[in-house]
Amino acid sequence: MDFELSEDQVLLQESVTRFVADNYSFEQRRKLVDTDQGYSDKQWSQFAELGWLGMPFAEDVGGYGGTPVETMVVLEEFGKGLVAEPYISTIVLGGGALVHGGTAAQQQELIPQVAEGNLKLALGFAERQSRYNLADVQTKAEKSGVDYVLSGMKSVVFGAPTANKFIVSARTGGAARDEGGISLFLVDADASGVSVRGYPTVDGMRAGEVTLDGVKVGADALMGAEGEGFGALETTIDYAIAATAAEAVGAMSALNDMTLEYIKTREQFGQPIGKFQVLQHRMVDMFIAHEEAKSMAMMAAMRIDDEDPNERRKAASATKVQIAKSARFVGQQAIQLHGGIGMTDEYAAGHYFKRLTMIDRSYGDGDYHLARFGAVS
Amino acid sequence: MHMNFSADELAFEQKVAAFVSENLPADIKDKVDRGIELTREEVRRWMEILGQKGWAATNWDKKDGGPGFTIAEKFLAEDAIFMNGAPKMVHFGTRMVGPVLLAFGTDAQKAKYVPKILTSEEVWCQGYSEPQAGSDLAQLQCSAELDGDEYVVNGTKIWTTSAHCADRMFALVRTSKEARKQEGITCLLIDLKAPGVEIRPIITLDGKHVFNQEFFDNVRVPVSDRIGEEGDGWKIAKFLLGHERSNATYVSMNKRNLRKLKEIMADQRADGERLADDPGFVRKLADLEQDMLATTTMAMRQLAAASADKPVGAEASIMKLRVMDAYKQCHELMMEAGAYYAQPFERGHIRGEANTEWVGPDYLYRMSPDYFESRAMSIAGGSHEIQKDILAKRALGL
Repeated sequence: MDFELSEDQVLLQESVTRFVADNYSFEQRRKLVDTDQGYSDKQWSQFAELGWLGMPFAEDVGGYGGTPVETMVVLEEFGKGLVAEPYISTIVLGGGALVHGGTAAQQQELIPQVAEGNLKLALGFAERQSRYNLADVQTKAEKSGVDYVLSGMKSVVFGAPTANKFIVSARTGGAARDEGGISLFLVDADASGVSVRGYPTVDGMRAGEVTLDGVKVGADALMGAEGEGFGALETTIDYAIAATAAEAVGAMSALNDMTLEYIKTREQFGQPIGKFQVLQHRMVDMFIAHEEAKSMAMMAAMRIDDEDPNERRKAASATKVQIAKSARFVGQQAIQLHGGIGMTDEYAAGHYFKRLTMIDRSYGDGDYHLARFGAVS
Repeated sequence: MHMNFSADELAFEQKVAAFVSENLPADIKDKVDRGIELTREEVRRWMEILGQKGWAATNWDKKDGGPGFTIAEKFLAEDAIFMNGAPKMVHFGTRMVGPVLLAFGTDAQKAKYVPKILTSEEVWCQGYSEPQAGSDLAQLQCSAELDGDEYVVNGTKIWTTSAHCADRMFALVRTSKEARKQEGITCLLIDLKAPGVEIRPIITLDGKHVFNQEFFDNVRVPVSDRIGEEGDGWKIAKFLLGHERSNATYVSMNKRNLRKLKEIMADQRADGERLADDPGFVRKLADLEQDMLATTTMAMRQLAAASADKPVGAEASIMKLRVMDAYKQCHELMMEAGAYYAQPFERGHIRGEANTEWVGPDYLYRMSPDYFESRAMSIAGGSHEIQKDILAKRALGL
């Protein structure tokens, strides 16, 4: 048992911390997320140079062989600054789907481009009717000679507006909501029949509705065996849960720091409001909520690559439940303890609260994962 | 003892509902349905329609110029107005300034202000909080110095709901720094069009403009616009605390939001089923609906007590705590119901300025912003912590 970061991991953490401190003050972030694109190409290139984009991929496909612990380290620091670059959509979701579902040829072709910062990916897994059920796929992929023709719509695809390639789940067989019969396909963003309606999300990030209107792709666009894409998709989402858990932990840590500082300095009734016991206990509960979340994010980072899929599912769902509980409590109470100022757009607390709330609305909320945890435990 | 409505009372409810259906302008109703921020003009247009009908002040007695509704009618009128899609009113005039004028105002003040409150010809806001005086209101610094027959006001007020829609402010100002801090506070009626008044919007994290900060730079207010004597401000503020009935409005708002939540649950799908058939979600809904029934009954009890001129006192704090909790919970469930579609956010849609189609189901686009906005309900108008302090002190003697 060892809960300490390795020397290399500490160096990685220091480098991400420095990046966030230099580039993600609240004012810098506000300006960035208010631009049309919502993030910086320059910073994305910097991520590539620093090796963060290739980090989780195996060395034989052009990566640096990092484990989920390295991903945790990066995302926890990202969470402290609410980093807006499409790291999760390209590296964790898109890259994850390539790792867990892609053929060796696809990995060898695409992962080096991702690592160099020249290829952005986005994973389309939700649909209008699907809610959080990854098997609820209505998008169809019909065989046409050696090709496939894709039709349907993918909802709220993170990072869609600037993705060069999409990976989408589509049904090649099976009935509605069957896990069997789901295949993953690579689709170029500029392929004929693909249209993207991009938009900002509540947390200042970007997403889009991706419509596939008779999009023809070759057999080499199919990832893995036809009809057997669900396992890779589910694994990818479980990894994404572990990664966003770390991001949430970072955001909670920043929000707790900010709130603690506020109640120590804000004076009412002739003393700092932090002297009132009711607020002290609330702040203590927020501190505990963060500690629990951090423990679970660490557990997820260590267990998410378990070979037993049930252990992986348990780790992901238990972690997501904890994040749901902790992020909700910390987010809501940070606003309550700040009072009016916490409600304003020009103060940072609300933006952390919004990101935490949207993490809860991604990959299954607390209720969804409590049920899943119950089912697999 | 009973809490049923008679046939006459139900007929009255129908009458109010019919009036709202016929007179609520379609453009305003549409905006309210879709959760789009109303403009100053729209807010005032609807208030004047109710005012002309004599229903702006549903809680006022006939002798004071109100409609003189019975207890049941007061409750039903409020409910019918909201359930038929009317916007939230800026009701500081009818709920706060009016009752204060009736209790403490001079005949001249009553004659000058009350009729225009009843018709909504003049809209009021409440200037209480300041940057350094939130929960600790007695700490307020905005000063008024006497100069002949005018006060000269300098300072700032913050978190003022709908000041940008209002003509006048009912303000607490400091006229003395000598006395105990509560004793140096005075009530002034400030004309927001007076020279030296500046109103700046505060945009909240849901993207809306509801709150404002006002700056007063040598604003001159005639002594005739002082309510009561110098130093009476705290007493008047406490009087309002005991007569604060506006929280009952949220009972009807909650009912309307619950209806919306049920519509969402009927349309959203989870594993091919309606969300309305999802046992976990249904349990959360039931829990909320039960809470709302408790607050509704409590509101009716308080309304009955208030109408019998029994002071509402600390019970107003219970009402605020519970009704706002239900309000927040309902918005949280609506956002949860949206799942991924709780995420898209374009500010133009909230402000009614968008030139794009909304991407998800229509009824979902405001669910996240409304959730974020709802978090203010346990902060504004006396935070939950302050309400509990009041209860501990006044109801329990602790």
